[in-house]
Amino acid sequence: MTLTRDQLLEIDFYLRMTRTLEERLAALFRQAKVIGGLYRSLGQEGESVAAAYALDFKRGDVVGPLIRNLGAILVAGAKPVDIIRQYMAKGDSPTRGRELNIHFGHPVRDGFIGQISMLGDMIPVMAGIALAGRMQQKHLVALGFIGDGGSSTGAFYEGMNFASVQKLPMVVVIEDNSYAYSTPTEKQTAARTLADKSYAFGCRSETVDGNDVLAVYEAAKRAVDLARSGGGVTLLEVKTFRMKGHAEHDNQSYVPREVIDEWCGRDPIEVFEQRLIDDGTASAPDFEAIQQRVRREVDTATDEAERSPMPRPEDAVRGLFAGDGYWD
Amino acid sequence: METTYLEAITQAMAEEMARDERVFLMGEDVGAYGGAFKTSAGLIERFGPGRVIDTPISEIAIVGAASGAALMGMRPIAEMQFLDFITCAYDMLVNFTATSRYRVGSACPIVVRGPAGAGVHGGPFHSLSPEAMFLNRPGLKIVSPGTAYDAKGLLKAAIRDDDPVLYIEHKYLYRRVKEDLPAEDFVVPIGKANVRRRGKDLSIITWGAMLYVADEAADALAKDGVSAEIVDLRSILPFDEEAILESVARTNRVIILHEAPLTGGAGAEFAARIAEKAFDHLDAPVKRVASLDVPMPYSPPLEEYVLPNRDKVIAAARELLSY
Repeated sequence: MTLTRDQLLEIDFYLRMTRTLEERLAALFRQAKVIGGLYRSLGQEGESVAAAYALDFKRGDVVGPLIRNLGAILVAGAKPVDIIRQYMAKGDSPTRGRELNIHFGHPVRDGFIGQISMLGDMIPVMAGIALAGRMQQKHLVALGFIGDGGSSTGAFYEGMNFASVQKLPMVVVIEDNSYAYSTPTEKQTAARTLADKSYAFGCRSETVDGNDVLAVYEAAKRAVDLARSGGGVTLLEVKTFRMKGHAEHDNQSYVPREVIDEWCGRDPIEVFEQRLIDDGTASAPDFEAIQQRVRREVDTATDEAERSPMPRPEDAVRGLFAGDGYWD
Repeated sequence: METTYLEAITQAMAEEMARDERVFLMGEDVGAYGGAFKTSAGLIERFGPGRVIDTPISEIAIVGAASGAALMGMRPIAEMQFLDFITCAYDMLVNFTATSRYRVGSACPIVVRGPAGAGVHGGPFHSLSPEAMFLNRPGLKIVSPGTAYDAKGLLKAAIRDDDPVLYIEHKYLYRRVKEDLPAEDFVVPIGKANVRRRGKDLSIITWGAMLYVADEAADALAKDGVSAEIVDLRSILPFDEEAILESVARTNRVIILHEAPLTGGAGAEFAARIAEKAFDHLDAPVKRVASLDVPMPYSPPLEEYVLPNRDKVIAAARELLSY
């Protein structure tokens, strides 16, 4: 499971792409070019990218992201221009303006599905993807995300329970980022840790520092390998922190300043890059080159998305059912 | 040989599973037990536990996993042990499954099926007629067969359909109606009504188990020289607006008869369409006969009082004829 230098630098590319793309989206949001809300994953990019990096998309693996898992779908192959078009509600976005932000994707075509805002619903749907993969003898793994908030829903329990009973090839990354909107984790659950919820399902669990990219990758890889070999479900808890409010409009006033300061010193990208420098894998110019490439790609994507047309109003009634050719 | 409504459902599933390896069934007690009403009797023996999947008591997981599998190209049938329990998975079905194609262009062709309806003293939690609560949530198709032929043909059509279908089977009819079915493969197209009985004095637009209430009322009216037409809608969404309007144009008087409660029932939508599009053909107001606006009670005298029956339909017909 040792990652090559190229792979480590590729991870760094996705980390920086996630952060830079979100910074660009924030700029577009302030220019009122983002139509809906903007949800940042600042501080959580590490676990999001690292968990998805443990998958093998060539084998048909599928990611089920939540709103702060932009990094995961970028790893799966989502294009920055499509993300920006989605946020800007453009007519040539992957959903042609029907859906927002990262609510798009097809498990077979794209290797990821769109988020469902009723968060717990993601888990039964991912279980169904894993079930179908097994029926189709594809040996794929379905990796879903859920959070400290989403794991309070009944759908989460039903999906985890069903997947565990069926020993489906599934990994669920349960992110404890300390807040669900403004509600702290201790008001979501009396469980000692979110990983403890695995006892109810009889599935494997593991807890890992979500801001340690390599630790998350290694834990996710173990879980993915186990799932692929028929070992069933893992609930992988990642401890991290949401460095911004729920969305751009939320100033996070309910979070104590000292808590934010503490997590500032644990930025997943800085920690990851420092480690690569310390062990001689890479140097500052390598990261500078990656950042330049990221910025170029985000600039190009932004230009493209800005030129994209808005949808035609009358198309709003098409594509509800098969047969009208809208999605062909 | 006569086939019951229940056997028609079993046959439809078995034939579709044999025809298409993407089709599978999941639900509570559908495997070794063959389903609470035995609609899946024999299927696990024939197709194995990989395609006839017993699930935990988890309607969200059933509908959600079926939907995830459908995204992957499978053709799942998700059984609700009683269709009342679809309310537990209402969110999944209406927010995710039904909207998947429209929102993100991903087909999600599942069939959700199970026993609905009253008349068997099932009480408030086992008697639901759920169509209206799905009528206002675009993306689903809704069918409600009332005969063994339609039960088989509509289920096959639903399984083959490229969009999600809520298939409402009436538990009262499971073993009470039967008929000879064609030996060869057939489907009943979704969205097409069936004029069950031709008439000239008034139309009864209905579906499901209410067909037989309409039959009884029409028989009684016929003895008094009143000729009632019965239109079996069979599909609630999309519904056969043309068939409704044509019937109204023929008879000029219309009763909409359904088992779900009156207020906000599907009949309200059909009445509105008739008012909008066939007003000039009407010789009397549109009349609705439906269950009273209460949860379905358990005790037979209460249940009978709440449900539509022959006499309520006859009274409505008399009112229209004397208008």
